[in-house]
Amino acid sequence: MKFRTDRATLLKALAHVQNVVEKRHTIPILANVVIAVREGTLSFTATDMEIAMVEEVPATIESSGATTAPAATLYEIVRKLPEGAEIEFDHPGGDAPLKLRSGRYSTSLVVLAVEDFPSMTTSALPVRFHLSAVQLRGLIDRTRFAISTEETRYYLNGIYLHAAESDGAKVLRAVATDGHRLARVEEPLPEGAGSMPGVIIPRKTVAEVRKLLDEATGDVEIALSDTRVQFQFNHVRLTSKLIDGTFPEYERVIPRDNSKVLRVGNKVFAEAVGRVAAISSERSRPVKLTLGRDLLVLSAASPEQGTAIEELDRERVTYESTPLEIGFQARYLNDITDQIQGVDVEFLFADGAAPTIVRDAGDTSALYVLMPMRV
Amino acid sequence: MGALCRDCGATPADGRPSCPACGGRRIVCHPELFTLAIAHVDCDAFFAAVEKRDRPELADRPVIVGGGARGVVATACYIARLSGVASAMPMFRARALCPDAVVIAPDMAKYAAAARRIRALMGDLTPLVEPLSIDEAALDLAGTEALHGAPPAVTLARLALAVEREVGVTVSIGLAANRLLAKIAAGRDKPRGFAVIGAEAPALLAPAPVGLLPGIGAVAAARLAARGIRTLGQIQRLGEGEARALFGADGPAMVARARGEDARPVVRGHATRSLSAETTFATDLAAGRDLELALWPLVERLAGRLRAADLAAAGVVLKLRTAGFATRTRAVRLGQPTRLTETLFAAAAALLAREADGTRFRLLGIAAQPLTPGGQADAPDLADPELPRRRAREEAIHALRERFGPGAIRRGRGW
Repeated sequence: MKFRTDRATLLKALAHVQNVVEKRHTIPILANVVIAVREGTLSFTATDMEIAMVEEVPATIESSGATTAPAATLYEIVRKLPEGAEIEFDHPGGDAPLKLRSGRYSTSLVVLAVEDFPSMTTSALPVRFHLSAVQLRGLIDRTRFAISTEETRYYLNGIYLHAAESDGAKVLRAVATDGHRLARVEEPLPEGAGSMPGVIIPRKTVAEVRKLLDEATGDVEIALSDTRVQFQFNHVRLTSKLIDGTFPEYERVIPRDNSKVLRVGNKVFAEAVGRVAAISSERSRPVKLTLGRDLLVLSAASPEQGTAIEELDRERVTYESTPLEIGFQARYLNDITDQIQGVDVEFLFADGAAPTIVRDAGDTSALYVLMPMRV
Repeated sequence: MGALCRDCGATPADGRPSCPACGGRRIVCHPELFTLAIAHVDCDAFFAAVEKRDRPELADRPVIVGGGARGVVATACYIARLSGVASAMPMFRARALCPDAVVIAPDMAKYAAAARRIRALMGDLTPLVEPLSIDEAALDLAGTEALHGAPPAVTLARLALAVEREVGVTVSIGLAANRLLAKIAAGRDKPRGFAVIGAEAPALLAPAPVGLLPGIGAVAAARLAARGIRTLGQIQRLGEGEARALFGADGPAMVARARGEDARPVVRGHATRSLSAETTFATDLAAGRDLELALWPLVERLAGRLRAADLAAAGVVLKLRTAGFATRTRAVRLGQPTRLTETLFAAAAALLAREADGTRFRLLGIAAQPLTPGGQADAPDLADPELPRRRAREEAIHALRERFGPGAIRRGRGW
């Protein structure tokens, strides 16, 4: 195998696959990346046995072949080469070391045989549909903060993606919850997704897909079975196992009859929450919301550090129901306000102890449910 | 440098080998002896000591308290320990190591009575007594000097003498600036000891093995050793990033503890750290289903204890002992505190399923740890729409048992 490519292209590809590489080195070869030239195309492949990533890289190819080299070392070497450098890879085959040359620099890397590299078993992916990068970003960003890290309930450690019906319209829905908050986001159902099974996409996969989306434009092809999901970007294909579990019947916990409506400017609200919560270094302390007619008072108290209070009045606040006191974790409030693009955020309360709905007043595609804390 | 005679409580000028007042040779010296106020008091071989007290003819014999055909050593006296007998060792192995030992079945009521008397003596010194188990406690004696007319060290020496005189067993005392160091000090001079750790703590701890630190058990120690970390000194020098990589979020706290820092206050009467239930099988079990069947009644017992103590489990610890006497403990943190039988069972059964690999087990146990106040149990949960019904079911079962007795209603699984 012999080819030449430029540093910038290579660095980007290695950065992608590097993320997937198993860092705990339980199986040595999983720390390696497969470098392969087949049918005139150069590709890099890495896997941790849960996720596999394949990236095609433009190169000037002289001969075919394949081997595996340590991903982290390769990445460091390429990163330290001067900008604009051209790099030549040369591997005669078998156990022979991989030679890299760039200008007057050359290195010889110990390889592990490509035949020993585990391939994630691929099964047929019968469901296929397209989402724009913007849509997929929206689904992920507005749900991922609510993904649980609790190991006993592994089925909450991802985003539940499924087809559903919302007010008569067919939608693709992403849901995540950790028991304290729940995020539900919808996009119109893409063609081909109607028959999809409900799948739980693991947290790490979500994170890797989200990184790739930073650079992606246009459409992403998503292919699914009930055990695998695959995201195909321009030159990158990411395949992942799914979480084998049953996501809770989340519709049952979304309140239907919350009638006390608060509408407040999202930016002023988010900033006030941050200021009031700053009194306590303990992140789990609640911020108390005290509501009167067109009046919202935010307050927080810390036994060690004192108290803080901020009032928002009718210029920013609309509230016409009976007075109410309710507390939420500041971080949970800010996780939601961070995702609201519109001018106003809307709260729908039942009482001070019941789940509360939060949403963008100008956008019905996302809905959040928050459990209050005792204050 | 302060000096104190442990036999009479006199505070002689320093540098003398024996006490000018009573001639005693048990003199403890330390520059901070009369300013430190946090103590750890630990009874020496407590169960065995109580038995020897009641049967003076055993004074010079090796005594092992423990029992049953398949039991383990609860306590071995210091004479038996010379033969290699240790707590939690299977009885047959203890007998093999020390064939002439006198083996006595535990009489918990008797030990509890002795423990209560010791605790009462402690309670006379300070209200801040935190029992840590039946035979050890942490004491905060700060501000008691005026009350007792003597600094904490002297008060503690008098306590040790009072316990010997009135209860008939010996204690070892650790005196330091915090609970962690006091506990470590108490272990340095056993039995009938009195050790002080002051500002020299970081240097003193540096060469000690990592396992000295409470919270680093055999498994963690092996994991650290694999990375070349064997002494507390190596942990003391870790940067914040390295500490987090090794210990997770607890990293910086671990480094502080390795330096002997500990901010935990002594809390009055905070006795219960964990609640548990365990059973030794009549015959060893290996099948996952058999183990699961054995788990259910333990979980029911544990849930009952949590309810009785108005506590909840924030985590579950599963304990297994193999036919070959290797003990496995597996712990998991729960998303939120619970005391529902079904929730506890689900968490424990998941741990159990991973261990049921065909190994034969002789003992199964489950513990709730850490504990939280009962009021925090089973708060509404967005990811668990069934929770309100499970809660109602548990309340109904509890109400029936309250009224008609524990056997009044059982779940299908419990038959």
